[in-house]
Amino acid sequence: MTSASTLGETRGHGGVERGHIVHADAVLERQARPRPLNEAERAIWDLAATVVDPEVPVLTIEDLGVLRGVTFATASGSVTVEITPTYSGCPAVDAMRDDIVGVLHGNGYDDVSVKVVLAPAWTTDWLSDEGRTKLEEYGIAAPGPRRGGGTVSLGLGIRCPRCGSMHTRQLSRFGSTSCKALYVCQRCQEPFDHFKEH
Amino acid sequence: MIPTTNRSASTALTPEAIAESIAADETVASEPVALYALGLGDDALVLAHRLGEWITHAPELEEDVALGNIGLDLLGHARSLLTYAGSAWGTSEDDLAYFRGESEFRNRQLFEQPNGDFAHTIARQLFASVYFDGLYRALRRSTDPTLAAIAAKATKEVDYHLDHSVQWLLRLGLGTEESHRRMQRGLDAMWPFVGELFRAETGLPEGGVAHVPLDVTDGGTLGGVVVDLEPLRSAFDEIVPRLITDAGLTVPTVPFARGGGREGRHTEALGPMLAEMQVLARAHPGVTW
Repeated sequence: MTSASTLGETRGHGGVERGHIVHADAVLERQARPRPLNEAERAIWDLAATVVDPEVPVLTIEDLGVLRGVTFATASGSVTVEITPTYSGCPAVDAMRDDIVGVLHGNGYDDVSVKVVLAPAWTTDWLSDEGRTKLEEYGIAAPGPRRGGGTVSLGLGIRCPRCGSMHTRQLSRFGSTSCKALYVCQRCQEPFDHFKEH
Repeated sequence: MIPTTNRSASTALTPEAIAESIAADETVASEPVALYALGLGDDALVLAHRLGEWITHAPELEEDVALGNIGLDLLGHARSLLTYAGSAWGTSEDDLAYFRGESEFRNRQLFEQPNGDFAHTIARQLFASVYFDGLYRALRRSTDPTLAAIAAKATKEVDYHLDHSVQWLLRLGLGTEESHRRMQRGLDAMWPFVGELFRAETGLPEGGVAHVPLDVTDGGTLGGVVVDLEPLRSAFDEIVPRLITDAGLTVPTVPFARGGGREGRHTEALGPMLAEMQVLARAHPGVTW
């Protein structure tokens, strides 16, 4: 179901514009997780992808879309891993950097550098479906889609990750970390974190 | 500026390392661009520190968290901007933050104003957020890719900060007689420093920057490196008085102060603030914590 194969098929059908739609989901997924195609780099990516967010340890940096790229210089054996912060001041970046270096050192890559990149700016739209499920199970309400790149729509209800009720209320627009807001469920009375659309 | 623990010599966690990685990417700022980034970085750094002073002092726990979070975002902007500025001179963000004197800081004076009561802080934050919002939106289309990337990241965050200020402006303005009185007093106290926000950048070497203004109204065109502040002032003059009126308050008529923050002229509030912010780094040069 990749956009490439869809387009390829279309051309094979004598110019019929049927498959013209590039799969938006596939494009977004590729942007969110640009896993290298090169085998050596993919192996490094998969190791780095096991590093978890220290603030939300059920999510890997791959789930989050924080892992942006891996380059491997075959001649020198040096590895560069690119990550992007969720928020400009996110202090978890230092811990992630540390953990990436640690896991790669442990797997025989001695020359590792981690580079923080700012563009393209991170968005919660890059959170994987699996990551969203893991968040909910962890007790954090997952972010909804951002609306057309504009401002965050706050009119929509946030579902309680514990009892599933939509009858919830925002307690505070800012929560325990930059990426979360604090809510309370009106039905089960539990307070919970919501991962803000960003 | 974020405390870094000295976990291991081989793991590069220091701001210097971030500076190195920026430098390795061949993104060294030219002198005029560095001066521009330094001004914007100082705006963000000084306001971040002021917001940090609220932690454990805010009227409610949620506001401790909110003001701390906003400050953290601003500190993030400051770190990026100062690191980039420092790339021109081979200085780190910490050198710039901790080892410059009062007259070397280039922040506009609004950001150094003392917190006052909560309404003073909200007034300062409202003006600051409207300014940052317009500035970073425009700067996203700077021809300097590093500035554009920092701005693209900051825009999303500042949008949320602005919303926070507006909600408090309305709540305090339309609240009790006392909250209304204090909000008005806060607006009046901060208003003199609004004028300087939109005064053109100075101190940049002539001809060094492509001073073609960025047209903030047209999504397509892209002119130069720095943001033309005139359109931002028009937007501010349209938005802010309307918000103040909606909150049942009066648009202040107090005259603007002389300004001069970008040239290193500051109000008496900055010195004591810097003394507190810099004391640890100066008492123990090179310390990490």
